[in-house]
This record gives sequence, C-alpha cells and structure tokens, in this order.
Amino acid sequence: MGVRSNTSVPVSTSSPMAIPKVIGVETEYGISGGPGRDPILASSILVNTYAQQSRTSINWDFDAESPGMDARGFPSLTSLAPIVETHLANTVLPNGARFYVDHAHPEYSSPECRTPIEAVLYDLAGEEVLRRAVLSGNTTLTPDDQIVVYKNNSDGKGNSYGCHENYLLNRSLDFVDVVKAMVPHFVSRQIICGAGKVGAETDVGQATSPPFQLSQRSEFFEEIVGLETTLKRPIINTRDEPHGDAERFRRLHVIVGDANMSQVATFVKVGSTALLLAALEDWGASIFPASPRQPVRALHQFSLDTSLETTVMCDDGQQLSAWDFQDQLWELARRYANAKDTSSVGDEHEVEEILREWREMLDGVRDDRAGVADRVDWIAKQRLVEGYAERHNLGPTDARLRAIDLQYHDLRPEKSLSNRAGLRELWKKSEVLAAVFDPPTGTRAYFRGRCVSKYSDQIAAANWDSVVFDLGGDPLQRVPMMDPLRGTAALTQELLDRCPTAGELLAALDA
Amino acid sequence: MSEQEQKRKQRTERSTETSDLTEETSVATPKAEQLKSDLDDLLDEIDEVLEDNAEEFVRNYVQKGGQ
Repeated sequence: MGVRSNTSVPVSTSSPMAIPKVIGVETEYGISGGPGRDPILASSILVNTYAQQSRTSINWDFDAESPGMDARGFPSLTSLAPIVETHLANTVLPNGARFYVDHAHPEYSSPECRTPIEAVLYDLAGEEVLRRAVLSGNTTLTPDDQIVVYKNNSDGKGNSYGCHENYLLNRSLDFVDVVKAMVPHFVSRQIICGAGKVGAETDVGQATSPPFQLSQRSEFFEEIVGLETTLKRPIINTRDEPHGDAERFRRLHVIVGDANMSQVATFVKVGSTALLLAALEDWGASIFPASPRQPVRALHQFSLDTSLETTVMCDDGQQLSAWDFQDQLWELARRYANAKDTSSVGDEHEVEEILREWREMLDGVRDDRAGVADRVDWIAKQRLVEGYAERHNLGPTDARLRAIDLQYHDLRPEKSLSNRAGLRELWKKSEVLAAVFDPPTGTRAYFRGRCVSKYSDQIAAANWDSVVFDLGGDPLQRVPMMDPLRGTAALTQELLDRCPTAGELLAALDA
Repeated sequence: MSEQEQKRKQRTERSTETSDLTEETSVATPKAEQLKSDLDDLLDEIDEVLEDNAEEFVRNYVQKGGQ
C-alpha cells in the first residue's frame, strides 16, 4: 500500500458526510472429517476442488495486504508482516468473493455489497459455495473421511472462529468517535442477532454455568479496542486496511458478532450497524448513548442472561440493560432516517424494512418470543433445545442438547436443524443460486467477478483492490480498483460486454 | 426513581401481565396450540436426524481456533 494516513487527520468540529456503506461479510466455517482429520488439508480440499469444478483457479494476490496496519495510526508492536501461505488454497470466485483457507478453516469472504439486503444474499451464496465444495470434495474421499461444515463460531471447547463484517467509512471520521459511538451497539445487538449456545466454554462463561446463552462469540472477547483477532479479541478491531484509497476510506472490521442462520438476523445485524454508522458520519458521536463503564463485562453479562434483565452502569451514571441500549439506538436510527437522506445504506423501502424488523425483533425478545422464533436465531435454537430436553427429560449438560446446537448450523440439508426451525427467508433459492455466479452490480466486485468469469485464462491474480492480467509476453498488468464504488455494472458492463479478450479490455481501458 | 427505572418498572409489570394472560389462555388459543403442535413435529424430526451417538459426535467436534 503506497499511502497511509495516520492520526494527523485534523479533528473537525463538524461531522463528515455519510458515504455509501459498502458491506462485506466474511465467515470462517467449522469443519470436521477429512483425511487424518487434518482441518487444513480438509479445507484445502474444499477450496481446490471447488476452484477446479468452477473452472476458475485465479490466485489471490497478497501484494496489497497489510493486516498489521492499525487504525489508531501507529504500527502495532504485535503486528507481523502478512504471512504469505502460498501452499494454502486461495481463490477468487465469479461472484467477486474470495474463497480460501484461513488458519484451519475454509473461509468465504463475500464480494463488496452496496446494501444490507444484498449482503444477506451474498452471505447465502457463500453457504451454497460451501455446500457445493463439500459435495465435490467428498467425491474424492472415502466414506470414513467425508467432510462436514458448520456455519457456527465455536466448538464448545474453548475454540472460536469468526464471522466478520466490514463497512466502508469516511476516512475523516475520527476513530475515537467510532469507538465511542459503536461500543453500545456491539455489546447489546446480541439480544436480537445472537446465534445462541448451549452452555459456556471459557472461564468467564463457566463461572455462572448457564444452560444456554445468547451468543456463540461473546464470551471470547477480552478487550475493548485492539488489533488482534485470534487472541485477546477486542470489541472494536483497529485493523486499518481499507482495501482502497486510504486518503478517502476507512474499513471498519467488526469481529464481534455471530454467524447467523436466520436471514432476517443477518439483515438486521448488518442493517442496524450500517444505519448507525451513517448516523455517526452525519451527526457525530455525541448523540449516541453513553458506553457501559465495563464494556467487555457488559458483553459477557448480556450474553449470559437470557432473561435480558441484567443492567450495567454506564459512563453517564445510568443503569441500562441490553434491551435499553437497543431501544435507544433504534430511536436514534429512526430519527436519523426521518431527518436525513439514508441512501448511503439503501433505498427508502429497504431502510424502512431494517427499522421495522429491528423493532419487531426488539419487542419480540421482550414480550413475545414465540412470535420472533422465526427470525431470532438464539430463540429458535433455544426452543429446540428446551423442547427436546423436556420431551426426553434431559439435564442441561446432556450431549444431545449440544448436538442439537451443532446441528442447527450443519449445512447439509438432510441434517440441518435451522432448516427445519421455520426461519423466514428473504431470498428465493433461485436468487441465491444466481448469486453464486453473478457479482453484485453496484461495487467494484462487478468488475472483478466479470473479469474472473470472462478472462480467467488471462488473469494472473486478483485481490480486493486490483486485478492482475497476464497477456503472455508483456509484463503483468495490474488494473487498480482503489475506489470500491467504481468498477460497477453502470460503469463497466458495456466495456466488458464488448471486449472478447483481456487484451482488448486493457487497450480500451488505456484509451 | 429515574425515568429509566420507571420505564423498566412499567415494562416489568406489563410483561408480567402478559405472561399471566398467556398462562391462562395458552391451552385455549388456537395460535398457542398451533405453536405447540409445530414444535412437536419439529421434535419428531430432531429425533430422526440427530446424530446417532451424540456423545461421540459432540466430543469429536474439535476445532482449531481462528479469527
């Protein structure tokens, strides 16, 4: 990355303007089976067989990666140069997504989406990619070595893996304000977006022996702000890697959140966060509720209390429950949508849908849980767990209840319990299948995805902000895409349609 | 009492009322019956698809930590 801005961004008294909330959701899947039960090998088998099957084996280009950059403006002592694990499978898909092996998990990073509902679609496309990868990978394996993947965030034994969200922010927003404004949302949104978990698995969770808690992830968080993602996980992650023009953009990398099976939960998780970030850009941090005095403790306590009655002391002396925080944040978002143009998040209809679903889930978790069991994952799961325990007279630590928890996230249709739980869908199966191949049209993912489909033989590598072409004799040619809002269908479709070869495309781009 | 506390108190009273109401009427209302019967069907399905040896299945699900 050539240019990097730092803490010298002038502190302005007026707020910057909301910019389009380009959104991506990345999910590390749990994986079992495979030769020798080696999760790295199993993950590689999935990525490689899928890449071969879809006839695109475009390598990921690591040149521009710098996960050690810190949004607070200083190079972290704990940050390392990116580890280029070239032996690990890594590919770019025709829909603009990245599918690869991260640590010991298969990970799907969705293409950049322009609105929350589109982010839901491409998250679902990711599930379908994993399903297909498992089907093709398993044809190469013995019955004993069959691979199964789970869209969850923990193994119940103290190991967690993430579902991260990414939002494009105006660079001139002060990072201190991001922390101040967003901590209340990130500690409290689990009451509607938590995926639910039987029991607890860390010291802090096990101290209260909960039979069930709201979130898969919450008990793994140990810091308020920080750069880490695998140890000492922070509520606000400071990775400063905009994957774009660092003078103009910041990418907020949100690591505190569960992978949702409920489409509505993903929609509200992403939609509420995007709306609040837009409000922050337009109105500043002073209108947000005060943070809990001990945010990490609040995150844990809220997750561990399914009665939702726990309150915490805030910086302004008030005692608030997670529900109170969400209520105030919803009011703020409502006021914002009434007062301002919210096209940075989505069209008016979509923004109204976000606010309506958010409100219904919020009221439902308090007053009518059965009424929102069709969209709140932790309630849908708890209903299965408690119903099953009652029917078979099982104690809270019975393995069958943990098995239900796991199978809620199983991607195999014949084994999945979330499939059977009556969750409401926002996208049709046919739309999800199309999104496995067709990129979003409103971001640079369009250009990346179309190039991968059309010129796969002539692409050497690609990453979030460039596509590298190999035309044979010439040096490799990199097409930079430093603005996530360019490379859209509106700007490049005609060009891509009329250029049958990469050579012609590059000549046209030069002209 | 702060405004916040008052709001919470009102809410608690309200939700208590609601749950009393639900208890009294849960056997009678078609909606509650429907939910109960849906859940019964669902539990039947779980009996069918749940991994045979839950103990072993849960024990063997061990992941390396990730991000």
